[in-house]
Amino acid sequence: MSKVAFRRWRLGNASALAASIPMVLTALVVYLGCTLWTIGYSFTNSRLLPNAEWTGLSQYRRLWTTRRWLISIENLAIYGAMMLVLSLVLGFVLAAMLDRKIRFENTFRAIFLYPYALSFIVTGLVWQWLLNPEFGIQRFVRELGLADFSFDPLYSPQLVLIGVIAAALWHGIGLVMCLMLAGLRGIDEDIWKATRVDGISTWKTYLFIILPMMRNVFVTALVLITSGIIKLYDLIIAQTGGGPGLSSEVPAKYVFDYLFQSQNLGQAFAASTMMLVAVTFVIIPWAILEFGGKKRA
Amino acid sequence: MPDHSISRVEPRGPRPQRFISRDKLFLYGVLIVFAIYYLLPLYVMIVTSLKGMPEIRLGNIFAPPVEITFQPWLDAWSSTCTGLTCEGLSRGFFNSVKITVPSVILSILIASINGYALANWRIKGADVFFTILIVGAFIPYQVMIYPIVILLRELGLYGSLTGLTLVHTVFGMPILTLLFRNYFSSIPEELFKAARVDGAGFWGIYLKIMLPMALPIFTVAVILQVTGIWNDFLFGVIFTRPENYPMTVQLNNIVNSVQGVKEYNINMAATLLTGLVPLAIYFLSGKLFVRGIAAGAVKG
Repeated sequence: MSKVAFRRWRLGNASALAASIPMVLTALVVYLGCTLWTIGYSFTNSRLLPNAEWTGLSQYRRLWTTRRWLISIENLAIYGAMMLVLSLVLGFVLAAMLDRKIRFENTFRAIFLYPYALSFIVTGLVWQWLLNPEFGIQRFVRELGLADFSFDPLYSPQLVLIGVIAAALWHGIGLVMCLMLAGLRGIDEDIWKATRVDGISTWKTYLFIILPMMRNVFVTALVLITSGIIKLYDLIIAQTGGGPGLSSEVPAKYVFDYLFQSQNLGQAFAASTMMLVAVTFVIIPWAILEFGGKKRA
Repeated sequence: MPDHSISRVEPRGPRPQRFISRDKLFLYGVLIVFAIYYLLPLYVMIVTSLKGMPEIRLGNIFAPPVEITFQPWLDAWSSTCTGLTCEGLSRGFFNSVKITVPSVILSILIASINGYALANWRIKGADVFFTILIVGAFIPYQVMIYPIVILLRELGLYGSLTGLTLVHTVFGMPILTLLFRNYFSSIPEELFKAARVDGAGFWGIYLKIMLPMALPIFTVAVILQVTGIWNDFLFGVIFTRPENYPMTVQLNNIVNSVQGVKEYNINMAATLLTGLVPLAIYFLSGKLFVRGIAAGAVKG
């Protein structure tokens, strides 16, 4: 390498380093620094302002004895389990149906995906209106003649999560379906020919041959759905506001209310750290599946 | 497969279908039921927004409007109340534009440079920061929000549009950087090497070679960011003052306000207005939108 070329090479590298400064700062200050800061301050008795007085696990002790937090966790577990199962199953079924060489495939796909373009606020408000007991579906069915018909999930503590899940599925299945459809399209045509030759029925082929081949797509969908579940906040704000009572409270809302309304920062930090712990249980298996064993290019 | 041709002869050309089979009928039936579940909310939003309040009280939610009125749309745009002020959603719309445009530009600019530096320059140690970003993308926002509020307050940016732009840039960085890194990695390395031999520097290669070649991925990134930032509620409500609230926050304040009589037609018109921008992007961009949202699934 000549001297001039070498200097240019050094210059290029210097520019590349300089250009990476925003990324380095973001990674270190925000993603690493802010996370560690919150974890650290979750062990303090910060109230209105952050306060570095160490109080050990007292915030966590208080958190796990607060009824609202326990309800939030329970709600998230129910919502999460139902969302995971329903979006994976329905997403796969829809994708499989669209993959059966039907007509108007593009139209159907566009219909199933459009809610994903809308915000959770819009989604929540539409479903709040549809489920409005005075004017919505309940009244419609009653006017059809079933005078005793009752479908009022948003004002019933037992059913409110059903209303939220109906809205969340409406918003999110399209994405899962798209991922699954891409996975199905990636499967070799010859496999279908072979199963036809062997006389295996269509649904058995899907269940025992295609499904296991789509493991990676399922893992991707699983990670996407799970990270969406933990973030659940906007939809609740728009659709139920956490009510009736505390029956649709979620952890994310707990954190924000303690940060910006109740002015009990320590509680909020402890709660958000617990959310981080929950996420870690998702990331670690994903990272092992994704990067473990094989070397990255 | 000559061996099997005895048991099953496959004719050439498309199968002649004289009637729809029972399986297909079932298939279409289920798809149509799902399509109704998907389209009904949109339909209800539209018809409700075109009715007057008396008609909403009397008729059912699915009935088409007897008397079409555009007054709810006008009210939603210019005169409905958000708790304190009564100037409609128009202000939120322009706030959202003022938030979205710089945030989209800045976040894509920085992420494309990141991706280019990562894919083509391979600086020592840069992958460590990239890994932090990717893992960081899974950290719930709740964990990082408060320290960011403090940081922005120290910088004097808390509550301003600049502050919110920085927040969107920071939180859009993992996915966008991944998107650009993967795209630039797929460009043949010879091209890059040839440019270096010819004496082009870091910025020269970026501007003259990579940027023009990356137009498709820029389009995907713009779609992803415009819909994402337009639909954002959380950052808008935390990092801006009420006079700068984006459209989503204003919409929620209008519809979920406790005072006054609920005007459902105006609420639905406001909801549709807020959804109009992302819906337009969705229907205009078609397949690119799918690519954008599937970007989260792109393997690293």
